[in-house]
Amino acid sequence: MRALALALLLVSGAAAAAPVDAPPGASSCSGCHGRHGEGAFGPLAGKPADEIAAALAAYRSGAHPASVMTRIAKGFTEPESRAIAEYLSHQEAP
Amino acid sequence: MTRTTRRSLLGGLAGLTLARPALAQGAAGRVVVLGGGFGGASAARALRQAGLPVTLIEAEETYVACPFSNEVIVGLQPMAAQRFGYEGLSAAGVTVVRARATGIDGNAKRVALADGGSVPYDRLILSPGIALRFDALPGYDEAAAEVMPHAWKAGAQTELLSRQLAAMPDGGTVVMSVPGNPYRCPPGPYERASLIAHLLKTTKPRAKLIVLDAKDTFSKQKLFQAAWKALYPDHLEYVPLAGGGQVTAVDPGGMTVKTDFQDYKADVACIIPPQRAAPIAASAGVADRTGWCPIDPVSFESRLVPGIHVIGDAAIAGAMPKSAFSANAQAKVCAQAVIDLLSGRAPGAPKLINTCYSLVAPGYGISVAGVYQPANGVLADVEGAGGTSPLDAGPEVRVEEANEAAAWYRTITGDVFG
Repeated sequence: MRALALALLLVSGAAAAAPVDAPPGASSCSGCHGRHGEGAFGPLAGKPADEIAAALAAYRSGAHPASVMTRIAKGFTEPESRAIAEYLSHQEAP
Repeated sequence: MTRTTRRSLLGGLAGLTLARPALAQGAAGRVVVLGGGFGGASAARALRQAGLPVTLIEAEETYVACPFSNEVIVGLQPMAAQRFGYEGLSAAGVTVVRARATGIDGNAKRVALADGGSVPYDRLILSPGIALRFDALPGYDEAAAEVMPHAWKAGAQTELLSRQLAAMPDGGTVVMSVPGNPYRCPPGPYERASLIAHLLKTTKPRAKLIVLDAKDTFSKQKLFQAAWKALYPDHLEYVPLAGGGQVTAVDPGGMTVKTDFQDYKADVACIIPPQRAAPIAASAGVADRTGWCPIDPVSFESRLVPGIHVIGDAAIAGAMPKSAFSANAQAKVCAQAVIDLLSGRAPGAPKLINTCYSLVAPGYGISVAGVYQPANGVLADVEGAGGTSPLDAGPEVRVEEANEAAAWYRTITGDVFG
């Protein structure tokens, strides 16, 4: 079962040209969101990349000024945010 | 094993590497992690997750976490919530060696153990944490710490300070001494001061806390001071360096904390002394004259001894504060860099995040965050990012951040040790 899941992941990953190494900044996310993006701050693993990228863009624009994510998202450009979103969307959901 | 034979071996195993997660493809070598705190445990976990065999050397059977230990001191969190074993890491496939390391030979690439054995490595990730300096403040040695606890390493010291505060009569005086930079957890002393003031206000209303600081500015200062003014005007007196706050000596026999200007008589004294990297760092030659460890900001490899990477509180990480979040973030970047180096690739420039929450009262949380990247040889702030919670935020934001603080602690400890 595990092998099948891995094989499927590899196939789907290859088809979508999934990024394999964490792009700059992405490995820090698990400090709050958990290793597989499953943390108490809302799951990120397996979420659509567009959704994550849009959320990061909203934070970057200052739409939620009180959130710590506003201060973090401003440290990443749009392409960097997109790469992080792609990476997280390809993490296995718990 | 020489580089040539390792390469040829890799060639022979090329077909097998497909079964490995992509992250560690091609990496070959013995990776040893020394120190099982937030940094070391995170690094071991990340390397294992990438498919590398990894050995973690740790002297203690149980780790006692510092974040949230201020809450333990004032009875808002049970001590049991600070303790974590290494079973989770073992179950994840990390070889956990419970042993005290006595030295590191950077030339022979071996870690010497107290039992006479040694562990060879190709790359060592050193996450040794801090040592409290018992040579820095006249009168404050290890015996004095049993009378005037630092409680800056969680464990027996945390419980000692907690007991002393609980036993102190109403009308008593608590004196805290805060060191100059750098030290573990920059906002930690001010969170502790806040929560002790909360304890006094709610259980010993005639008692008072005096905070003597060796500096004039500190992390989340405006937020802390606004909260102190609003919540603890009668219970917390803050004395900055400019006001004569630098402690110059202590007398545990007379329970006196001394500055150049005044002697403060204490019923309970919490003395947080200056710090340095844990002694193994100096004995390995990776600590410089400051007592801390200079590192390359891309790979965290020591500037002084090749093959040893230093992460966490012991490292000189530029703008990154010495925090559990930083140690965890550095561990993951360092693990990736070690994999790259063992694969013959140059590690790419990373970005790292830090987030630190502090409680100033139950249900009143504040935060600071930062994003960092290598610049001019150090980890520097990414401009335009980071900062503290808004000064003018309403109570709902403070409640939310207090909840986030608790959620962060649950998540990161589960992530690292679970």
